[in-house]
Amino acid sequence: MSETVAVPPQRNAISRLWNDKESRSVIIQVITISLVFAFMAYIIHNAVVNLQAIGKGFSYNFLWQPSSYDINQHLIEYDSRSTHFRAMLVGILNTILVAICGIVLASIVGFLLGVLRLSKNWIINRLAYCYIEYVRNVPVLLHILLVHGLIVHAFPVPRQAISIGDVTFMTNRGIFSPKPIYEPLFLVVIALFLLALAFMWWFRRYAQKVQDETGQHYPVFWIGLGTVIGVPLVFFFLLGSPITWDVPELKGFNFAGGMVVRPEFIALLLALSLYTAAFIGEIVRAGILGVYYGQTEASYALGINRGRTLSLVVIPQALRIIVPPLTSQYLNLMKNSSLAVAIGYMDIVATIGGISLNQTGREMECMIIVLTLYLVMSLIISMIMNWYNRHIKLVER
Amino acid sequence: MLKSLKIAVITIALSIIGLSANAATLDDVQARGELNCVVTTGLAGFAAPDENGRWDGFDVDFCRAVAAAVLGDGEKVKFVPSTGKTRFTLLNSGEGDILFRNTTETMSRDADLKLTFLPINYYDGQGFLIRKAMGISSASELNGASVCIQTGTTTELNLADYFRANGMSYEPVNIETNEEGIANYSGNRCDVYTTDASGLASTRAALDDPSAHTILPEIISKEPLGGAVRHGDDQWADIGKWVVNAIISAEELGVSSANVGELCAAAGDNPSINRLCGTEGDAGSWIGLDSKWAVRAIEQVGNYGEIFERHIGPNTPLALERGLNAQWTDGGILYAAPIR
Ligand SMILES: N[C@@H](CCC(=O)N[C@@H](CS)C(=O)NCC(=O)O)C(=O)O
Repeated sequence: MSETVAVPPQRNAISRLWNDKESRSVIIQVITISLVFAFMAYIIHNAVVNLQAIGKGFSYNFLWQPSSYDINQHLIEYDSRSTHFRAMLVGILNTILVAICGIVLASIVGFLLGVLRLSKNWIINRLAYCYIEYVRNVPVLLHILLVHGLIVHAFPVPRQAISIGDVTFMTNRGIFSPKPIYEPLFLVVIALFLLALAFMWWFRRYAQKVQDETGQHYPVFWIGLGTVIGVPLVFFFLLGSPITWDVPELKGFNFAGGMVVRPEFIALLLALSLYTAAFIGEIVRAGILGVYYGQTEASYALGINRGRTLSLVVIPQALRIIVPPLTSQYLNLMKNSSLAVAIGYMDIVATIGGISLNQTGREMECMIIVLTLYLVMSLIISMIMNWYNRHIKLVER
Repeated sequence: MLKSLKIAVITIALSIIGLSANAATLDDVQARGELNCVVTTGLAGFAAPDENGRWDGFDVDFCRAVAAAVLGDGEKVKFVPSTGKTRFTLLNSGEGDILFRNTTETMSRDADLKLTFLPINYYDGQGFLIRKAMGISSASELNGASVCIQTGTTTELNLADYFRANGMSYEPVNIETNEEGIANYSGNRCDVYTTDASGLASTRAALDDPSAHTILPEIISKEPLGGAVRHGDDQWADIGKWVVNAIISAEELGVSSANVGELCAAAGDNPSINRLCGTEGDAGSWIGLDSKWAVRAIEQVGNYGEIFERHIGPNTPLALERGLNAQWTDGGILYAAPIR
């Protein structure tokens, strides 16, 4: 509740606004923001003027010129005749790819570590502890270089590739595996999969309702697994496996065809996620320990078994403690992915903030793009995590 | 990240403080008593610290020659190591006064990146280094190869052009420094290492077994390497330009570190030598220096031929021939403008 100060009528409008606590805070905020913007405008103006003084105008026209360089990992069509803008898109996608994969992997490993840290088994507990202490205390850049060095030096060259069933090959140039080529009938399988997802979404709510009303419990998870995976799978085979595979083959220097996961990606992904997982492990441990033990005892007393106690009582409450610090770990992971340049993974920093910047000499312009992109990606991650955080908040009844 | 952070910081600093482009670099250097020279992070033969931590090499000697002319002492140089990516920012932001870093003169660097190039001191071209065991004898057989390239160089652009023009594909493996390049190449992450042929000779000499590697016959580009300064200070550019010319002319005129003292003690019969020695005319004053500017440079680092022999010539691990870099009088294209 805001307490509005009673204002004598003779005072003028400005002092009235100033004396009101709410409008005063609005005024202060407006002034602060204007000052910040004015300061930024001043700096930018100054930069532009100074760049012009040495004859370098401020311009983004270079974005539409051919980039003239090649990039080894591109998720979209790209070659040296593509524009710098497209090179930037390639970089953005590469950053997003490693960030998403990293976040998923880090979360899985992190949760596992957190649980292992709480294990009553002394050896397991100590092992997890040692892992966390070692990993947390070595800079992530060293992890990246180490993993990359290991892959490059320990794995064989393409001619001596480790073959897995003659279709997948592990080399120090990456892991080459068959690439699926979809036939039209495969669309049916995809459609079924989507239908199954929709059905499950409905069924989950239905099951919840039934349980709330009658106490009857459906094994939602297993039914879900059966529908979402099982049904499309059965149809996949009934339709005669409408997928063919493009198997990689050794041609000259390298494997040609198929798909490749490059060592730079693997190194970055492993280093980032194993590093972040150590922090997540501690957060998870703290979260679980933060749930008052009486809750567990109460749950046992009600005859609820260990597994369900964990999933229904402990985890939902632990998540409330875990999610906020988890968000900053995700942000760290995403930002640390910019260390990619150290091993030549072509992310945002290496493309638009690296080669494009260097070849065109547009430092200012490119750095502004890079900073903006990281800011936007951070904000998106924060938004998603905040939404999730609200979603799992205690619903007071 | 650190490097790009550095670039960002430098850029912002540069923008906020504003670059006093017209300030006399000569005065700054003389007041400081030290020349800041941008070089490589380490390329044996061209610029690398020796076992005592003293910088040494072909490019390094040009830095020292300028310091000798300007400050009287070729040891008064602070070397600023740079990658292909950071070199121009270091120069443009004022962290370096002059750059000698295996740098190719191109139109965009000159006109768009705002550099003034000094005379070419090494005519080079891009080549390919490969293991002999691969059994490859020509660059036209490189289809599908993984190629290590240093980012921020003309190398990566030439490479893209070459493979495209010849309808071949390749996997670029991007690296920042020559050291990383050696690590990736010897770890077999790439089949081929490509850069300037002189750099390849240096790289090969640094490998465990140099004789197991060969440089393919194709040279796919022109790489005229030279020093550079930033736009805006013509006097400083002239100093750099004429020190390089003096070093090259000295060889042509037969003036070396061994005989410069004797030849320049007093005016002799050869007016060209006299002008170089400062015993005739006052060339030094045209660039804001005294009359012994060139003598000091030659005395302390030697003439072009001496520098070449000492660091990259046939008797060094790099074993480079003079080739194009012979004097024009010896069948090369080294041709310094006359000092007069
Ligand atoms: N001449 C080319 C390439 C120059 C270049 O980067 N050369 C490499 C190899 S010859 C080098 O000097 N590396 C030293 C380092 O990594 O610091 C250019 O100017 O872009």
